[in-house]
Amino acid sequence: MEDLSLIRNFCIIAHIDHGKSTLADRIIEMTGALESREMHSQVLDNMDIEQERGITIKSQSVKCSYKAKDGKTYTFNLIDTPGHVDFNYEVSRSLAACDGAILVVDATQGVEAQTVANVYLAIDHDLEVLPVINKVDLGSAMPDETAKEIEDVIGIDASMAPRVSAKTGLNVEDVLEGIVNYLPAPTGDDKAPLKALIFDSVYDPYRGVIVFIRVMDGCVKPGSKILMMATGTRAEVVETGYFGAGKFIPCDELTPGMVGYVTASLKNVKDTRVGDTVTLADNPCDEALPGYKKVNPMVYCGIYPADSGRYTDLREALEKLQLNDAALMFEAETSIALGFGFRCGFLGLLHLEVIQERLDREYDMDLVTTAPSVIYRIYKTNGEMIELTNPSNMPDPSEIDYMEEPVVDAQIMVNSDYIGAIMDLCQERRGEYVSMEYLEQTRALIRYTMPLNEIIYDFFDALKSRSRGYASLDYEAKGYQRANLVKLDIMVNKEEVDALSFIVHADTAYDRGRRMCEKLKKEIPRHLFEIPIQAAIGGKVIARETVKAVRKDVLAKCYGGDISRKKKLLEKQKEGKKKMRQIGSVEIPQEAFLSVLKLDEE
Amino acid sequence: MILERELELYIHIPFCRKKCLYCDFLSFTGCHEDDIHDYVRALQGEIRQKAPEASGRKITSIFIGGGTPGSINPDYIGDIMDTIRYFYDVDENAEITVEVNPGIFMKEGFRIYKASGINRVSVGLQSADDSELHTLGRIHDYSGFLRTYESALKAGYDNINIDIMTAIPGQTLQSLEKTLSQVTKLRPAHISAYSLMIEEGTPFYEKYGEDDRRRKEGLESGHLPSEETVCAMDVLTNEYLGAHGYNRYEISNYTKKGKECRHNIGYWTGKDYLGFGIGSASLFNGIRSTNTKDMAKYIKLISKAEDPAEESFELSRKDRMEEFMFLGLRMIEGVSRRDFEGRFNAPIEAIYGDVINRLAASGMILPSSGMIRLTEDGINLSNIVLAEFLL
Repeated sequence: MEDLSLIRNFCIIAHIDHGKSTLADRIIEMTGALESREMHSQVLDNMDIEQERGITIKSQSVKCSYKAKDGKTYTFNLIDTPGHVDFNYEVSRSLAACDGAILVVDATQGVEAQTVANVYLAIDHDLEVLPVINKVDLGSAMPDETAKEIEDVIGIDASMAPRVSAKTGLNVEDVLEGIVNYLPAPTGDDKAPLKALIFDSVYDPYRGVIVFIRVMDGCVKPGSKILMMATGTRAEVVETGYFGAGKFIPCDELTPGMVGYVTASLKNVKDTRVGDTVTLADNPCDEALPGYKKVNPMVYCGIYPADSGRYTDLREALEKLQLNDAALMFEAETSIALGFGFRCGFLGLLHLEVIQERLDREYDMDLVTTAPSVIYRIYKTNGEMIELTNPSNMPDPSEIDYMEEPVVDAQIMVNSDYIGAIMDLCQERRGEYVSMEYLEQTRALIRYTMPLNEIIYDFFDALKSRSRGYASLDYEAKGYQRANLVKLDIMVNKEEVDALSFIVHADTAYDRGRRMCEKLKKEIPRHLFEIPIQAAIGGKVIARETVKAVRKDVLAKCYGGDISRKKKLLEKQKEGKKKMRQIGSVEIPQEAFLSVLKLDEE
Repeated sequence: MILERELELYIHIPFCRKKCLYCDFLSFTGCHEDDIHDYVRALQGEIRQKAPEASGRKITSIFIGGGTPGSINPDYIGDIMDTIRYFYDVDENAEITVEVNPGIFMKEGFRIYKASGINRVSVGLQSADDSELHTLGRIHDYSGFLRTYESALKAGYDNINIDIMTAIPGQTLQSLEKTLSQVTKLRPAHISAYSLMIEEGTPFYEKYGEDDRRRKEGLESGHLPSEETVCAMDVLTNEYLGAHGYNRYEISNYTKKGKECRHNIGYWTGKDYLGFGIGSASLFNGIRSTNTKDMAKYIKLISKAEDPAEESFELSRKDRMEEFMFLGLRMIEGVSRRDFEGRFNAPIEAIYGDVINRLAASGMILPSSGMIRLTEDGINLSNIVLAEFLL
């Protein structure tokens, strides 16, 4: 067993753009896990999407060693956590694998809502927190104010906080010393039965699932027969190892305090749920580690192949993505408008976008996506309760007693100049005011209870635009609340387009219906005939627009027999039609199906 | 493939005194006399170069277009005609057309044209309203047109076409009717009536591009006549000319009986033709090709006896079926089911059954037992309707 006092397991907590990945890169570089020249920036964010968006979706870890000023060599296990509210549960499991956390705060921006939420999450897990003030090289940096804010807002001592520039490497050495001196070493009993926490897993086509674990007690090595306590999966360990920078390095065994991986010929990440406890099948520990829960999707939408012939390709792509993403759910569904496709469940909107982008880039799938929906609970007059994920499955209003929608506890941190604007926004989105505290003179933390369906459309964009980027949002599910909801149907040329239906609060239905019709009028090209567009609730039309018929569209003069040019013009005309979906006799562009999402753009 | 015996020739003269504000055709202004000379010599070179291919073919029509053929010394046109007659077998009844523009003194020109065997003249009038002519950036007024027209008559021409235009910015149904009335009083054999298109890369695009875009989206059309007005102009033209003895035989062309432009009909019915000069197109033995648009390159290629074609491709069976439909439907009588079957050895329904049913149901085409033709609505929406026939 390794000398536990020489191990530090920690993560880095930061708001998006506050420099988490840059600091991680710098630490990896300075501890020699990678030569500087081998590094492409942001080693831990492997996926293209992660690097482009500057977000972390999958947890990544790296082991490195550091020769401290006290002359001893320490082993650092840096566990990078996902940085978005959609992946809150994953964050909490990654934190549970650590003993300490580095809190990075941008000296030009100060503390953000998400930072607060994650620091509290870390404190809840009994982690020691080492604050680090980053970007002090920038002219607009206010390190003293930032330190004070950390003390006032979060309530932790920031007097010893290293003031660094992760970008230039300035004072990063102090962070390494701080990790040694302020963050605790792990504890554990190597004689006790194996007890290890799964904090992530990835699928590898050759080795099966690679399970990321933190060993609390006991040991695990190749040949160990292991048991996942929540799922009941049993397997024999093929390989154990730890995380080099960007690669897996096998080792003989994993002992208490260590962070590493096991492979056991597992076929599906569903067998190795994040938060589950790994123990030995023939010598199990008494009880599992606390905190496991099965993550459930919060947001649903229909995903259809733009080319209906690629339905099978889409299924295969989703299956492959699911191997690596236990939170992604899908089942086959049929839309009258869009044909065969899948109803997919996601942790949140970002998760949805990431999956869409991966389908597009990694599997070259051209998609039509319907408006996202949350899970509504419908209590029917016959006493039955159904959970509704697809608006088109909503029962007839006469069968419905009442409906409930999911609500969240939303925390918004905002510059005091924009409090009014943000409160107006929350009010418009049916938010219920809970509290407001001033964290300092110029910043406040506002809390609202908000319906989730108001957040999943474009709340985040609206928040940013109304605060000029100065507001940040964090939210957590807070159960269900009764609401007066209706299904808004859209009819194009008198035919209902199921893929455009959505559920909306009765008070905003009229307005949304009207804007939806206006938007569709712009999206649907003129046809040879007039096309009425109507929004209706329970068969009653509440808004209408008309796409006028095209009257004149003639080919230009054909000069000197230049037929090829004529044909190119006709082909252009025809090409435009290909990107359309035929609904009855009307061609609707694929973008129109997403237009419900963007009603607030104008 | 049936061996074609007949052949049409097109000659491109890419020079103008001044470029009209709406024009996107390939033509140059302000050229030096030497440049024109070099081009005409190259043109003669190309005519000679391609002659062997056309051996055994009868030339049934020749069209000298532009640009403005009337803007260059008429002797050049005579030279070109001489070259053609020397190297090709021109049918004694061939239709031979030259395009002229009003505003250029033509008296001597028409005499030379006549002597070289040119038997048809096409005069670009566009409008009888001087303010509309000014809007279009034409170099002439209506009285200038009348002088040119009369010169042609005096030179003995009786087969004359007059081009007119609808959808001109500022044009009204009243002003169009006035143009129609003036033109019909002259009793030309043939009238072409085109809708003005706002083409990219023209001064009109700068000025009216935004209005045109809005009009295409069904919004207010600003300075341009609205779609409804343009449709009404088309109806007015058709009815007015019909009442004055002109029969519409093609989407944009009207004639007194027997004076259809055979050259253009050739384009719509898939006849072979050779185009000479920069940017000109050919259809020959199932191959479509287009010459380079680069003047210097063209002259150089011809001087080295090389092919000036820049693009060329062989028409597939699919291409030929598509063309049969989208070109043939420009003719008001439509396309013949029997012709289709004869050429492609398949009934038209087997290929286009769905399209025909759909377009017939929406009133765009009128299928009968022998022919399939566009309706008035189909003519107005020909761009959309014809695109349906691409396979």
